[in-house]
Amino acid sequence: MKKFLILASLFLASVGVSADDANKRIAEISDAKEKGLAVAKAMKAHNTGWGDSEAKMTMILRDKSGNETDRKVRVKSLEVEGDGDKGLSVFDEPRDVEGTAFLTYSHIEGNDDQWLYLPALKRVKRISSSNKSGPWMGSEFAYEDLSSFEVEKYDYKFLREDEIDGEKVYVVESYPTYDNSGYSKTITWVDQEHFRVHRIEFFDQKGDALKTMEVSDFKQYLDKYWRGHKQVMTNHQTGKSTVVKWSDYQFNTGLDEDDFNKSSLKRAR
Amino acid sequence: MSKTTNQEQNISKHSNQQTRTVKFGRFVVNHPWFVLIASLLLLFGAMYGAKFLEIKPDYRVFFAEDNPQLVAFDHIQDTYDKADNAMIVLTPKEGGVFSKETLKTIQWLTEKAWHTPYSTRVDSVTNYQHTWVTPEDEDYMLVGALLCVPAKSADFDSTCEHESVTPEMIDGMSQDQLERLEQIVLNEPQVVNRMINPQSSVTAVNITVQVPDDKDLEGLEGEEREKKKTEIMTATQKVADFVRDLKAQVEERNPNLEVRLTGVVMMNTAFAETGLGDMMTLTPIMLLLVIPLALFFMVRSVSGTIGSVLIIIFSIAGAMGMEGWLGIFLTAPVFSVPTVVATMAVADSVHLLVTYMQSLRHGMAKKEAMVESIRINMMPIFLTSITTVIGFLTMNFSDVPPLQDLGNVVAMGVTFAFIFSITFLPAFIMLLPTKVSSGRSAKHEKMDQFADFVVAKRKVLLPIMTVVCIGIIAFLPKNELNDEFVKYFDKTIDFRVDSDYTAENLTGLYTMFYSIQGEKENGIHEPKFMSTLQAFVKFAEQQPEVIHVQSYTDVMKRLNKSMNADREECYALPEKSLNENCNQVLKEAEEGTDLNTRIRELTAQFTLMYEMSLPKGMDLNNQVSSDKAGTRVQIALHNLSSIEVLALEEKFSQWFEQNAPDYEVQGSSPAVMFAHVGQNNIYSMLEGTAWALVLISLLLIFALRSLKLGLLSLIPNIVPMAVAFGIWAIFQGQVGMGLSVVTGMTLGIVVDDTVHFLSKYLRARREKGLDSHAAVKYAFQTVGMALTVTTIVLVLGFLVLGMSHYVMNSHMGILTAITLAAALIIDFLLLPPLLMLLDRKKAK
Repeated sequence: MKKFLILASLFLASVGVSADDANKRIAEISDAKEKGLAVAKAMKAHNTGWGDSEAKMTMILRDKSGNETDRKVRVKSLEVEGDGDKGLSVFDEPRDVEGTAFLTYSHIEGNDDQWLYLPALKRVKRISSSNKSGPWMGSEFAYEDLSSFEVEKYDYKFLREDEIDGEKVYVVESYPTYDNSGYSKTITWVDQEHFRVHRIEFFDQKGDALKTMEVSDFKQYLDKYWRGHKQVMTNHQTGKSTVVKWSDYQFNTGLDEDDFNKSSLKRAR
Repeated sequence: MSKTTNQEQNISKHSNQQTRTVKFGRFVVNHPWFVLIASLLLLFGAMYGAKFLEIKPDYRVFFAEDNPQLVAFDHIQDTYDKADNAMIVLTPKEGGVFSKETLKTIQWLTEKAWHTPYSTRVDSVTNYQHTWVTPEDEDYMLVGALLCVPAKSADFDSTCEHESVTPEMIDGMSQDQLERLEQIVLNEPQVVNRMINPQSSVTAVNITVQVPDDKDLEGLEGEEREKKKTEIMTATQKVADFVRDLKAQVEERNPNLEVRLTGVVMMNTAFAETGLGDMMTLTPIMLLLVIPLALFFMVRSVSGTIGSVLIIIFSIAGAMGMEGWLGIFLTAPVFSVPTVVATMAVADSVHLLVTYMQSLRHGMAKKEAMVESIRINMMPIFLTSITTVIGFLTMNFSDVPPLQDLGNVVAMGVTFAFIFSITFLPAFIMLLPTKVSSGRSAKHEKMDQFADFVVAKRKVLLPIMTVVCIGIIAFLPKNELNDEFVKYFDKTIDFRVDSDYTAENLTGLYTMFYSIQGEKENGIHEPKFMSTLQAFVKFAEQQPEVIHVQSYTDVMKRLNKSMNADREECYALPEKSLNENCNQVLKEAEEGTDLNTRIRELTAQFTLMYEMSLPKGMDLNNQVSSDKAGTRVQIALHNLSSIEVLALEEKFSQWFEQNAPDYEVQGSSPAVMFAHVGQNNIYSMLEGTAWALVLISLLLIFALRSLKLGLLSLIPNIVPMAVAFGIWAIFQGQVGMGLSVVTGMTLGIVVDDTVHFLSKYLRARREKGLDSHAAVKYAFQTVGMALTVTTIVLVLGFLVLGMSHYVMNSHMGILTAITLAAALIIDFLLLPPLLMLLDRKKAK
């Protein structure tokens, strides 16, 4: 699969703006739509040019009665110029799915391509990916929450400036423009200093609050790119929640296109 | 009439208690305004609580928090997703489900249903997630809504989603394609008999909702808590309103469809609405028709009738107000409070007024007459009120919280009736002119004749009555315990009619949920677990009571088929399909792992792959726990009596004991919960009644100051209940939780009759020195008429309750009416011959 949410790829790689410039420009815009778009572009600009990365992910699923269960996944990501990123996830836990690998090519337009390697069957299966809205590995994260952030995937509306834990943030509403989203809108809290996502509220098709994601434990890599190492997704309708913890982030590990194709899937373990 | 002089003599005999009563009476008649205002202040204080009254539309109120079946059910609900639902059942008048117009409506309705408040999942035939592979690339597994299944796989549009299907797309389908889709659905055990019937003539759109409940209040405070509370109280109604609006829209869009509504949400609303409807229609009937009429014939005074009606209204208002103060929710049983309190409150004021009018007729002044009436009636009214209160308080033995509430609120109403009858009523009468009507009526002559008849024919009456009673009581064991929640509503209620229709034509509202936990995390993928689950499904399907079994094994079989190039013979569990040369790869030996492990891994990976392919709301969370350690089996049942439900539950639990001793199995459902609580409730109510009987008998022995008569009173107190249940067995035979409380409730009232009759009899024997025959006649003359008329009022009142559309209340009303009528007959025809038999030698 991909990297994580909102961290992103290029497309605006050339911009390379400092946060101050971006904030100044955003301050000058009065139209809420334009202003929201400007925030999104700045987010993308702040997270472009990272190349490739590897990381370990632990998912802790919690049901309403408090039972917990873990998922462990290794994630490789490759930034793609002019399109969505490529991702490869290898499952380590649960034991029975160890070695199962999931390859995605996300696209700015149209459906993503997805393949799954099943070690028990020793075969790569292509799966239909129109169902972006379904839960990822039974968690509260949907596939669409995890695929790469692209400016073109949403329409925006700037709501207000606010504060989270003493940090100044922009609050922006986004409306998915891609097909088959499970959401009518999301509301994103982005800090003004580094354009990192701190919180996203998700609203279902009938407009009711569905989930909230809180991001924390930020660390900086390559002196530029910030990654939140803890993400907590709470489902307000079912009372279930999922905690995602990231570790062992590595950048520029020398991954290239050949590490992200169907034949690489089989040897991914 | 020497009665007055006799009573005057009594004053000296009786202790200072009588003088205190007289003092109290004098105070009331001398300060009518003060008493009037004070009692009204008390009333308004109580009534203010009414603003806290809230309707709780949730069937769960019928279960105590620690009810074991509820706890199990909640645990299952929390581990998987909640299964509370609203079901829209569609029947095309012409053509089958798979006609283009019907499919268009179902597709439209399915999408609209997603906008139902609190909805988390919508299932219909059109959005059923089918899996298949393309012949061109058997490694391309497709999962999509039924309507997206292409005529030729080459045409598959990978972006097709249920929501984007247009009417034109459906119009463009060929007849062949429609038939193909129909066959897919009719061959899919997950869908047939659940979402569509095998004849393809009735289908349903099922909306799963996650309505907030009291548990969501945890951790909230202040305003937020209040807001959540309001949300909890209104959520179900919101869902019901939305679904009803959908029904209206469907009927308008497609007049060819009959639309019916059922499901847990509709049941919850039916409880609230039926109860409220009853209260709104039955209470006015009581207050405007039955009571004033009955009162007027008894009291024969306009002001007295008005006073009594006011007492009744005050008692109801006071009781409902206290209900609000105490935070008791309005639930269907509690809606019968006004009717019951009104009925109970009549007696107090009647006794007081009748004596007052008699004294006036004998030429006493208004004030004197009232003091006299208070003096004579204080003790009997107090005694009968307290026995009635004890009777209603026995409802606290019930396992059903709303029935406890009913008992407590009525007990408060009876208390208010007592208080207002001895304060407000006399004060009110003092302030109004009272017209004295003519003396003894012809009716009293009839009572004398009747008394003569009973005394003369006592030797015939005793055996006849004994035989008749025993004969009727012999039918008692024919009664069957039954708590079917659909049948709590009569056939004028849409929910009942629609649910019956659904049970006959599609699927049952009665369900059973089983959560089966494997031995460890991911245990459901063990081949042994899967085959055990499959064996259970087979066993369940063989039971004649079962309509449909939903189980994860059906998903796995279909996946196994799709993962083997859609080969028909691979429609089986992975392990079993090895016999058919499916999953060939497993046959190649691999070092370090045994076959069992490899099958388990394969099964787990199939599940993972399927999970990755499902859209929002169509996921596996309602069937499989997130740690993959357990799975939920949902069994839909025909309409069963609760005995049948319990028997089936027992059968299943035995199966699990024998065939799956290592798995943790938990089963419950609303049907199971109601079946258990109905059963337990009977026993706890019998226990409660026994305690009340002991308490009341002790009270009578003390009050009558006679051990013998106190013990004798057991016969007229117990026999009417037994006779009533005997009559019930002959004509009805079904005893639900509503009826279980009748024993306790009527006991308190039946005792009143006995008290009045026995105390008059004793008065005649002790104070007038009459022999038993004459004493019986005296008892008839003095209280015969009053008992007859109050019984008529009570019987009429409870028959009004019998008109309730809420069967729990209507049965309760009718059985109570039968009990009270039987009690009067026994008091008049069996008790006197018994007294004369036992007392015959001691005539002074």
